[in-house]
Parts: sequence; C-alpha cells; structure tokens
Amino acid sequence: MIDFGYTLSKSGTLKIENLDDSRFKALHKLEPDAYKCINCGSCTASCSAGVFTELSLRKILLSLQRGEEKDYINQLQSCMLCGKCMLVCPRGINTRHLILSISKIYNTVDR
Amino acid sequence: MAKENVVVIGGGPCGIEVARNLRDLGYTPILLEQQSELGGHLRLWDRLFPEGVEARKVLKELTGDLKGVKWFTDVNIESIQKSRKGYTVNVDTGMSFQTKALVVTTGFKLFPAENKQEYGYNIYERVITNADLEQYFHTRKDPRIQNPKTIGFVHCVGSRDEKACNRQCSKVCCATAVKQASEIKELFPDAIVYCFYMDLRLFGRSYEDMYLTAQRKYGVRFIRGRVSEVSEDIDGKLFVKAEDTLLGKPMKMKLDLLVLMTGILPGDSTKQLSEMLKIQTGEDGFFTPRDTILEPCMAKDGGLFMAGTCTGPKTIPETLSEARAAAIQVHKYLSK
Repeated sequence: MIDFGYTLSKSGTLKIENLDDSRFKALHKLEPDAYKCINCGSCTASCSAGVFTELSLRKILLSLQRGEEKDYINQLQSCMLCGKCMLVCPRGINTRHLILSISKIYNTVDR
Repeated sequence: MAKENVVVIGGGPCGIEVARNLRDLGYTPILLEQQSELGGHLRLWDRLFPEGVEARKVLKELTGDLKGVKWFTDVNIESIQKSRKGYTVNVDTGMSFQTKALVVTTGFKLFPAENKQEYGYNIYERVITNADLEQYFHTRKDPRIQNPKTIGFVHCVGSRDEKACNRQCSKVCCATAVKQASEIKELFPDAIVYCFYMDLRLFGRSYEDMYLTAQRKYGVRFIRGRVSEVSEDIDGKLFVKAEDTLLGKPMKMKLDLLVLMTGILPGDSTKQLSEMLKIQTGEDGFFTPRDTILEPCMAKDGGLFMAGTCTGPKTIPETLSEARAAAIQVHKYLSK
C-alpha cells in the first residue's frame, strides 16, 4: 500500500444489521428472560464484586444483545454467584441461572 | 313522582362526581363511604400537578355542592344481593338500599412502603413516602425532616416490580416526584435534590414544562438508575446505592432524606367487592370493564358500573371525566 502520510480511523458505529446473533438466539432459547432486562442497574448497584472490578451484568447482557460482547464477556470471571442481583431484579430475572447459561454458550469457563 | 335511587359505593373524588352528576340528571344518589369523611386520598394531598392547584380547594368544590345527594360516612358494605330488579345493598349500620344501577368507585391504596424492606421505611429515621411529604407540605411538621441538605426521590416503589408483586406502572408517581422535588427545593433552596428513575413517564399536557422547570429552575439532578438498597450510618444519615446507568458506574451516596414514591394498588374494598359481586379483575387486581376501549365504565353484568382508580391508576382530572361518563351511562341504562 502507498503511504500517503495519514491513516483512516476505524468507524466506531454499531452495525446492528450485520450483527451475528446466533449465540444470543441460543441464549434466548435457554433463557427466555434474556430480553426482559430494562437496564435499571439494580444488579450492578447491589453487586458485591462490581465495586472492586468492572463486573456489570447489565452491561454484559446489553453487549450480548448488540453483538459487542468481546469487550465485556470476560467481566463474568469476577462473578461469585452470590445471587444478590437476583434478589433485587424488578423484572424477576433469574440472574444466577442467566450468568451460568451465558458462561456455557459463550464459553467463558474452562470445561 | 319520587326520584329514583342510585347507590354509589366509595366517596372519593370519583364517587362524589358520579353522585353530583346523577343528581343533576334527576336521580337521588346514595353515596356510601367507609371512612369518616368524604374525599378519599384527595384529603391527604397538598397540591396537584401540573399547575400546583391546592387539593383542598378541589375537594371543597366537590363536597361544597352535595345538595340532593344522600351521603353516609362510616359505613361498611355487609352484603349485596342481586335480583332481577337490581341490587340490594346492606350496610353495617342496619340500613339497606334498593338500586337498579350500582356504581362502584372504590379507588386505590398506596403500596405499603414497609413491604420493600431494602428501602428501610419504618426502619430508618429519615425515610419517608410521597404521602408523608404531601402531609408535611401542608402541616410543615415532621420530625424526620430537619433542614435536609441532600434529598433523594426513589421512583417506582412497589410499581414495575415483580418482587413487590406489582408489574404495572402506577402512571402518576413520576409526575408527582417531579412536582415534589420542585416543591421541596422551594422550601430548602440550598438542598441538592436527586431523582432516581428507571424510565421517566410524564405524559400529560404541560408535564414536560414541569420537568423542564425542575431541571432549569430548581436544578433537580435526574439519575437513571434504580436504588438497590439503603442503609443508615451512626449519625442517622442514609447510604443509598444505585447504578448511574448512563455513565455505567455503580454509585453510593449519603443523603439526609429519602422520599419513596409509592405506587398504586387496588383498594382493599375493590378486592372485597370483586368477591361480593363477582366482578372480573385482571392479574393486577383492578376491575376489568366489559370493554376497555368502548365501555370502560361498565362491568360485564348489566346494571353494574365502575369508574375511577378501581379500574387502574388515573390522575384526578381523568377520574373526574370518567365519573361524568359513568353517570351518563347509568342514565342511559335506567332510561331504557
């Protein structure tokens, strides 16, 4: 390539129509509540690990829905499965089970 | 010819307005209220959104003109019999009323804030409800409110919450929170006021102006995140945890006062009457009308009418409009 002395920045726009959502579809099949989140943030606010690490279940779930999981999925490693998020969720999502299913489908755990 | 009786159960703003309109249409309404005064929740409120009209002024207008309405307070319904001729309503004072058309306006109750223990109502000193604050605006007396410097409002307490067994939006609390946040800023201009919300649902005419005023004039800080829990430190200050979801960061803050915006549930007598009269209710416990769009004031049974917040959360003007609609429906039914 000819060096013109400048580079083009990569677009940061979400390309939602090109999204490969096959894994999220698989997750949705396993967890019908995966689309029920209203992003209220109760889970993150109550999270025991979230204060000291980047862990935010709300962000992870939203990133999965948008196909942007690569920056967020590793946060799940910090989860201790204490279940506090399950107690506060106003939509009644079984977050503990959801986290386990995400780990399974997105292969975040060594098995 | 003697005027025909029509029994109206529930003497809040809705029942009063149904009765007044039936009176104007040539009937003798019999208005039954279980409390010792007419007026329902309107008696407990100080000002009404969006313009801040005094609740007592509205109530005075409504109750000031009850000539021709037979009203009874401190009465409880014992039983209701249905026959071909209509309904016989028996009350605990020994009286019994015959009516061809029965109007139910049994209203709502506020979600009991102590049921959400994580918010600490009746546990921590400085946690109050929207109803407590209205009372304070009127009396200016509440030992829990001592010149607060930081104040938080929690939206959706007992609404849109499956854990509180109420999935529905209560519709009026967002507007009330914005109103109360502005009013408390008026009383304590140096205080910092936060509103914690999931979605702001302010839908009516000029409600957006009220929201803008809260932001521009009063500097109310709106934080998009639901409060997950509250605790108290040794000095009685409150620790509140939420996520600022727009920034994507968990936050923790110290507050001097926390106001819980309790939501709307069907009133206890709504439940009692649904059993007595076999009125269909939804999963949320409110009465289901015959047709939610075309006949919102009519029950499945002919002769049975309903209006106001016994069929779901409503503002005062919506309630009053529905009361007038119900009165016309009763008149049409009885004129057949």
